[in-house]
Amino acid sequence: MQATVIRQPLVQSLLTIPKGEVYIIPERCKGCRFCIDFCPKDVLEESQDMNHKGYHYAVVAPGKEDGCVQCGFCELVCPEFAIYSREAAGSVS
Amino acid sequence: MTPEQADRRILTGSHFMNGDTACAEGALAAGCAFFAGYPITPSTEIAERLARRMPEVGGIYIQMEDELASMAAILGASWTGARSMTATSGPGFSLMQENIGLGAFTETPCVVVDVQRGGPSTGLPTLVSQADMMQARWGSHGDYPIVAYCPASCQEMFDLTIKAFNTADFLRTPVFVMADEIVGHMTERVVIPEKDDIPHVERKRPRVGPMEGLRLYEPGDSLIPSMPRVGRGYRIHVTGLTHDQRGYPATDAATHDSLVRRLAEKLTRHTAELTEFEETLTDDAEIVLVAYGSTARSARRAVAVLREEGIRVGLLRLITAWPFPAERVAELSERGCSFVVAELNLGQMALEVERHAHQSVLLVNHAGGAMMPPAAIIEGVKEAWTCHRERSWSTLTR
Amino acid sequence: MSPREIVVDAHPLDGLLRSDRLPHIWCPGCGLGPAMACLAKAMQESGIPIEKHVCVSGIGCSGRVAGYLNVDSFHTTHGRAIPYATGIKLCNPDLEVTVFSGDGDLFAIGGNHFLHAARRNIDINVICVNNFNYGMTGGQLGPTTPYAARTSTTPYGNPEGPLNLPHLAAALGAVFVARWTALHVRQLEKAIARALEKRGFTFIEVLAPCPVGFGRPNDLGEGLDEMWFYRRQCVVDEDARLEELDIDMSKESAVVLGNFVDRERPVYHPMGTEPPERRERPVVYHPAEPEVRAREAL
Repeated sequence: MQATVIRQPLVQSLLTIPKGEVYIIPERCKGCRFCIDFCPKDVLEESQDMNHKGYHYAVVAPGKEDGCVQCGFCELVCPEFAIYSREAAGSVS
Repeated sequence: MTPEQADRRILTGSHFMNGDTACAEGALAAGCAFFAGYPITPSTEIAERLARRMPEVGGIYIQMEDELASMAAILGASWTGARSMTATSGPGFSLMQENIGLGAFTETPCVVVDVQRGGPSTGLPTLVSQADMMQARWGSHGDYPIVAYCPASCQEMFDLTIKAFNTADFLRTPVFVMADEIVGHMTERVVIPEKDDIPHVERKRPRVGPMEGLRLYEPGDSLIPSMPRVGRGYRIHVTGLTHDQRGYPATDAATHDSLVRRLAEKLTRHTAELTEFEETLTDDAEIVLVAYGSTARSARRAVAVLREEGIRVGLLRLITAWPFPAERVAELSERGCSFVVAELNLGQMALEVERHAHQSVLLVNHAGGAMMPPAAIIEGVKEAWTCHRERSWSTLTR
Repeated sequence: MSPREIVVDAHPLDGLLRSDRLPHIWCPGCGLGPAMACLAKAMQESGIPIEKHVCVSGIGCSGRVAGYLNVDSFHTTHGRAIPYATGIKLCNPDLEVTVFSGDGDLFAIGGNHFLHAARRNIDINVICVNNFNYGMTGGQLGPTTPYAARTSTTPYGNPEGPLNLPHLAAALGAVFVARWTALHVRQLEKAIARALEKRGFTFIEVLAPCPVGFGRPNDLGEGLDEMWFYRRQCVVDEDARLEELDIDMSKESAVVLGNFVDRERPVYHPMGTEPPERRERPVVYHPAEPEVRAREAL
């Protein structure tokens, strides 16, 4: 039986995955769910509340508070400019 | 442009020059920096002249793919601060109408030269008519004001093109030079003055700097908004939609009515200073002959001949067809004059004369294809004279 | 435990938007929002001062972008954005001019102008948001509507074959040709950034959901469902042959995305004049005259 060779980046121990904080503007959201469905870390879900237009805006799902990796996808994919993230203090390797 | 290029703009001196060429030189003398056009007889010579001269003076000439593109390009160019122009004839003029409306509604200065030829449709590409006059006034959809000059000589092709640029910049609107094939293709003496003798009117500049809250369409007392240039940090928004004073779309009835009215009022407030006409022997005239463009030349000859025969006729030559000299026509009518209108169409400016004279006019018309001979005008005026004297004007048939 | 979401009332890209005009008019699930966000971000990161950016649009939902971007912007007539932009760029080559419009505006009524601007290699950027129909007017057929698709003017199915936009643009001479979607925002933003820095006629097609105009009549579901369609069916293949980039929106066929063309061609400038890079000043030279007239002088 041959051993499986796994290649590791030399700088593996130096890599840090950023941690992000999610910022939302609830009143702008139109409930399209682009951010919820396509967040690579499945951080978001629909809120229980509605905004004044009647949409359930995106919020961070329970248990996912540390899930955002500050990839910046939601900032661009949101059609309403209603969500973005910024790097939080601290990181996880 | 460099100082050398500036020197080459104005060919001061006396020239024997073709009308279209004179128009092109007038544009250059006025500081035109951008020409976008499409070849169409009988205006092609304007494009050809500018294709050669624009690089000499540091300007831009581009032959666009059609007249719609030409009109769009000159509007865009105008917002960079450039004086811009296009030249065409009937079929191209029809194509330009949509963007003429955009220019009028966004208050974008530019000059459109229409060297009229026989129409409708392809018509008589190489032969004269004056049948686009109402189209100039009403060609695009909606209500909007226009100014249109009618050159009757090569010298006027030069002078009135300069005037068109000045009026466009002053009033912030597209301005037309409604020439015709005869004036465009004839060759006459043209005197180009010194640079300092050429009148120049600037666009109204903004009173505030960039990012200081300029309201793009705030009209002020003159009803003419200031015009910033693109690229200066004003972050303007120019739209063909009905817009508010910030320039943002505001598509409600109240804003629309007030904007369209303000545009109309913008012209009526300045009608007195913009309207131009030339009168010959009208002081004691009982018949007023109204003509413009190349027909006015035949009319002048007709007046001379008729006067020798004792017929008291005078010539009212339109220099601006629009605005139309309504007041003067009304005045002459009230004085008791009768009107004869000679034009190379089936009666377009005649409608304006009738409207303001409050009486029917005698038409001397031809649909186009040849210069109106003085004899036709003479015959018409004689008929008018008889009826006028016998007070049987109403028996005139059209 | 870090806090959950932070509620704010402004977005980092608001500076590039006329935020007093938000919310915009586009339907929930429309792809124009992401496309505009990518353009705004790319403009911001481009290193070109914001006052030098110009956006010119035509008529349609896509055309409304000019009204929301906080740069010098022009909302012109249907199909005529490209020649309008040409006039601006030729008179002031220092400006970065981007035409942002839709598939119908650019390729039906505006097709002729696209053809010639690409042929001339006018130095402008063209971003075409392709939602396969005329959305603003209620979902009519357009030049990119797939064969047999239903629209309000093809109730029995579209009898026409659609244009293959990247192939067309490349054949006409565009120096940069790309296709992305409203979902592929990262690649789209990078492509726009490349287009902004590149000299010459650049073209980017952005596939976008139009749930009300196109999605519903064609059983594509909501905007979200169409975005999932892109997620499943799109493949990135930058070596793909341009003539094989047709889209038919069927469940079986792949939709190919990528930056397909990135080449050099001489940029348009009239002969007999100095080319823009050698010219010291813009064509329309205004000696140091103040933009603002002092009150007294007026």
